[in-house]
Amino acid sequence: MAHGRDPSVKIIEPHIHMVSRTTDDYQALAISGIHTVTEPAFWAGFDRGTAEGFRDYFNQLTVCEPARAAKFGIKHYCWICLNPKEAEDLNLAEEVLEIIPDYLDRPTVVGVGEIGLNKNSRNEMKVLEKHVAIAAERNELILVHTPHLEDKLKGTLLIMDAILSEKRINPSRVIIDHGEEHTIGEIKDKGFWVGLTLYPNSKCSPARAVDIIETYGSDCIWMNSAADWDISDPLATLKAANEMRMRGHSEALIRKIFYDNPKAFLSQSPKFEAS
Amino acid sequence: MRSIVTYTGSAFRPLHREGEKRGIRMSGDKSPMPAKKVLEVYFLENRARLLEIASFLDRIDRTKDPETGKADFRYRALMRGLRILLESEGNRTKALQINFSDLSREPRQSAAGLKRAYGAWEGPFGENH
Repeated sequence: MAHGRDPSVKIIEPHIHMVSRTTDDYQALAISGIHTVTEPAFWAGFDRGTAEGFRDYFNQLTVCEPARAAKFGIKHYCWICLNPKEAEDLNLAEEVLEIIPDYLDRPTVVGVGEIGLNKNSRNEMKVLEKHVAIAAERNELILVHTPHLEDKLKGTLLIMDAILSEKRINPSRVIIDHGEEHTIGEIKDKGFWVGLTLYPNSKCSPARAVDIIETYGSDCIWMNSAADWDISDPLATLKAANEMRMRGHSEALIRKIFYDNPKAFLSQSPKFEAS
Repeated sequence: MRSIVTYTGSAFRPLHREGEKRGIRMSGDKSPMPAKKVLEVYFLENRARLLEIASFLDRIDRTKDPETGKADFRYRALMRGLRILLESEGNRTKALQINFSDLSREPRQSAAGLKRAYGAWEGPFGENH
């Protein structure tokens, strides 16, 4: 199982950017036992210039991708937001925040995400707080992007403070994604769910992710690939599952991490139904 | 070297106390794989990683301006990290992560023109890189 292809494994991929992947990847997900995905709104690799550009993207997420996925028997859900990498322009951010509620009403949208911080700036904080207010107002699930590398620890703490200051938000309805060894303890202590991202160099390897499960336990935690337009692996979850199996972890624990846990969190949205 | 146990705030509490707080014993107690098996499976790839680090440092030494490289915040963070590996007893990964992290607490004034992260913190006066 060097390539992790085992159709007997049932996996939900809760964080993947399929707009940036080829149709071949949908086929690979399907034949590998991944029949449910959720796709957070994110940065396209360049800054979009207008709110209309975001409308096009949100239509792609809510109309085109579910149809593309369905051809392979995959259920495609998504999250809507303005990504923190595009939050520095407050005027544009305000325009995009205005249209977000229209899309949150769509049938495959499970919540607000991936919101958070990138370089931990004051404007990013303002836009984060506005997203949190929208989620609180509508009782939406939240998926949080935490910053990369040296910015992660500080950003994760700032994000959690911002969310916890909104008293209408229950942390059990928020997943703080891209957790790593220096942030997971704090995230779990505060009652949030935590996501581990299997991504080359800048996030977790399968081996480190399994080390984290062995250290911090398997409750309220999921793994995802966050595969996008950069070098990344849409089948990374299978490789982590295989790493667990190789070390002698039980099939029940593997199913909990890769299927039961994401299903439990996402099922807090009435729109979500796992394959 | 920056101590890994002297930061204030809950995220920087002494590492060995974190597991006690959650009732988790932190040193691999939950790994089902025996130590010999861990070595059989993972030794070669980690030996290779060590050689890559050595080769990377040698590569900097062979440049026309190695002192410039050695003064860079990323080089210095890496050297601190190597010392952490040798001096820490358990929780090395978390200690390394903290070593590379921005330890300030206030939001940055602006992120205009900034997108990427560098992997190490330049310090409180390095906000503009």
